[in-house]
Amino acid sequence: MKTTRILGIPYYVWMAIFIVLPLVLMLVLSLQARGSDDWTLDNFKNFFASENGMYMRIISDSTVLAGYSTVLCLLIGYPVAYFVSKLPSRQSSFFLIMLVLPTWLNFLLRTYSWMNLLGKNGLINKFLVFFGLKPMNLLYNNGAILLGMVYNFLPFMVYPIYSVMAKIKPTFLEAARDLGASEFQAFWKITFPLTIPGIITGIMMVFMPAVSTFVIPELLGGGQRMYIGNLIQHQFLQSGDWNMGSAVSILMMAMILVAMFILNKFDATGDKEDALW
Amino acid sequence: MLVASPLASCTKGGGGGNSDKPVLYVYNWGTFIDKSVNTIFEEEFGCTVMYETYDSNEAMYQKVKGSTSNYDVVFPSDYMVEKMVKEGMLAQIDKTKIPNFANIQTRLKGMDYDPTNTYSIPYFWGTVGILYNTTMVEEPVDSWEILWNEDYKGQIIMYDSQRDSLAVALKALGYSANTRSLEELKEAEEKLIAQKPLVMAYYTDIIVDMMIGEEAALSVVYSGDAIMAMEENEDLAYAVPMEGSNVWFDNVAILSTSKNKELAEEYINFLCRDDISMLNTEEVMYSTANKNVAEELQESDWAGNDTYFVPDNVLARCEVFLDLGEFVQEYANAWLRVKGQ
Amino acid sequence: MVKKLQNLYIYLVLVFLYAPILVLAVYSFNASKSNRVWGGFSLKWYVALFSDREIMSALYYTLMCAIAATVVSTIIGTISAIGMHALNDFPRIKAFALNINYLPVINPDIVTGISLMLVFSFASARMGFVTMLISHITFCVPYVVLSVLPKLNQMDKHLIEAAMDLGASPMFALRKIVLPEIYSGIVTGALLAFTLSIDDFVISFFNTGSGVSNLSIFIYSAARRGISPEVNALSTLMVLCVSILLVVANLRSGKEIASK
Repeated sequence: MKTTRILGIPYYVWMAIFIVLPLVLMLVLSLQARGSDDWTLDNFKNFFASENGMYMRIISDSTVLAGYSTVLCLLIGYPVAYFVSKLPSRQSSFFLIMLVLPTWLNFLLRTYSWMNLLGKNGLINKFLVFFGLKPMNLLYNNGAILLGMVYNFLPFMVYPIYSVMAKIKPTFLEAARDLGASEFQAFWKITFPLTIPGIITGIMMVFMPAVSTFVIPELLGGGQRMYIGNLIQHQFLQSGDWNMGSAVSILMMAMILVAMFILNKFDATGDKEDALW
Repeated sequence: MLVASPLASCTKGGGGGNSDKPVLYVYNWGTFIDKSVNTIFEEEFGCTVMYETYDSNEAMYQKVKGSTSNYDVVFPSDYMVEKMVKEGMLAQIDKTKIPNFANIQTRLKGMDYDPTNTYSIPYFWGTVGILYNTTMVEEPVDSWEILWNEDYKGQIIMYDSQRDSLAVALKALGYSANTRSLEELKEAEEKLIAQKPLVMAYYTDIIVDMMIGEEAALSVVYSGDAIMAMEENEDLAYAVPMEGSNVWFDNVAILSTSKNKELAEEYINFLCRDDISMLNTEEVMYSTANKNVAEELQESDWAGNDTYFVPDNVLARCEVFLDLGEFVQEYANAWLRVKGQ
Repeated sequence: MVKKLQNLYIYLVLVFLYAPILVLAVYSFNASKSNRVWGGFSLKWYVALFSDREIMSALYYTLMCAIAATVVSTIIGTISAIGMHALNDFPRIKAFALNINYLPVINPDIVTGISLMLVFSFASARMGFVTMLISHITFCVPYVVLSVLPKLNQMDKHLIEAAMDLGASPMFALRKIVLPEIYSGIVTGALLAFTLSIDDFVISFFNTGSGVSNLSIFIYSAARRGISPEVNALSTLMVLCVSILLVVANLRSGKEIASK
């Protein structure tokens, strides 16, 4: 196994240049005041001392929303992965690509299309009214934001789970059934525990981008509330304050990593090898 | 990576430029030019135009400032021209190279952000006002206060940008949209917070779509977009409130880092030419800065369209945005508090 | 019965995923420019699409970049995942490398985009296709690593040792034992990388230049006039092409299986 260890080295170099170095630049920016070279913690102080704890509230709102969307993705995506993995292989690969194909189209295009469907005067409501039903409020609320997130991030939950499911040896399940386990018992005692690494990967791949997304809340939520992605976008573009923007994103990264760390500590069944620190 | 392909031939040499032809790098707003214009310029002047687009002044500014970009021609709005001039990012335009500058409407020359048009030439312009649906709004729309009317709760779309939305509140209060008074700004902020429960959504790009689809009764939009919306839906109308509003200019300018200033000046002169202006105006449908084209359009079926041909008395009550320097930070924070509440 | 319910569930999810696509496909045949009002049937946007130099150029760079970024990041990601997996004796180093790998996943696009731009400008790199490709690879590789690692963990640890005990060279063991075991992880990683690359806006925006633009940049910057119906037409064609390819591939492999 020793020789395979060196295989990671080129990527470590890549990471140092294109991930760590930019991050160090961000860290430096976050420790300087706008337009000056002096070191200061003001950006971080401003963050925690904001009026009515606005920044903290924005962070907690974003976390809760991303949490909900991750749970929804898991609830909807797990059965998809499970059912697809039970299909013959050529059918399963057909469905896998069908699942991801919509996300190859431009994100803004798909989101506008959802707005066209969900709007007050949108296609779904026109349909309802046509059949004499009452139109519903489908857009400009948290429900619409969650729908948008599930729509966009579902493949990121299905894929990792499917990929670990695909290789679970059918002999395990056959053995369990031979020993008298019901199909549900076999699933619960064998398949499910074996897919936990995939679930954890899926949770990370959905939760992380969901926390920092800003276009979905802006468009589907009507821009009524601010989330952390909007805040960072605002700092970088509207105020042009790269320093404060960097500080907010570094704090957000730190919080997510700490949350993951705690999650892994509590996750006794999780694969220890993937634990953070 | 750039293998020959039928598509590659459309891209005029990929990243490098495959001949000795001079290359002009143009950085423009999306959908802000007629599609054939760059090709005509290439043919007439024996050069290659490398064309890229952006979606906001701020994004363009950050990109030009932060990267080792090689753009020659950019299209900043009024306050952005002023900001970029202050920061030495724009080159002085040699007016003797732009004889077609004479085609620009006199009343649009020498605005406060660039009093001598040394750095920028107006390209398209317009006002900010209220686009409303006449089937949903019965009363006359002549004041910003209608956006605070409880009757339209949940039927109002506000413009999701700090300067534009604060300008609406400031104007409604009778203040300047360029105010540097913290008290006035605070009042505007509180006015916008009080308006929040009535607002259906804060949008930018999609407002036109939403209004065409009759999702809302009232919205704040740019006149150019209002024209497009009114073309698609006859029930829509546009008004510039009596308290006054913002008049905006999108200009063409040359970056001080440009390596091809003569060609850039040819390009600007070319854009000011009557036939090219006409092509662009018909495509973009924003108010043109070119007086000959405007006169010609007065004869067309657009005649008498006050949204397109902004009357002098409307122009007189409108204010152009100025760069506020570091004070813009106060606007940003105020807007953050409005959105973050 | 159970089988039918399972299929029904998958189809319901597909309906959810394709509903907005269907809407924009319908509007691509709209004579009116708006996505809200129906102005009669027309094919004019399909005609206009192919003569639109800006869209064609953007499409070319989008596809080139997505394909190149997928290939490169799948290779780097798979190799690195194997390397990282082999670091099990050094759990701290492994955890550290993995955490760095998470960062592009956590970071909002604007932070990744601007910070990479700063690095390129620090190195006075000429902005263009290459810088855009590098930035795409940077945010794609982590997803490949994250897809492949669970497969490696799932693999029987003694398999490779057994093979090498029996005289297989490390390369042979890798090719014949490891790769088949982690194949589904590599495929899903590649699909995720392609998905991310083809749809990226913010990072591409800040890291391109020299007239190189992609479809997302085109669509976002044109959005203030509403979505151009030509883009609806292009998207409809893309979905159609991929679907036809899929069905053909599906039928063909079906026939092969039948003939065997």
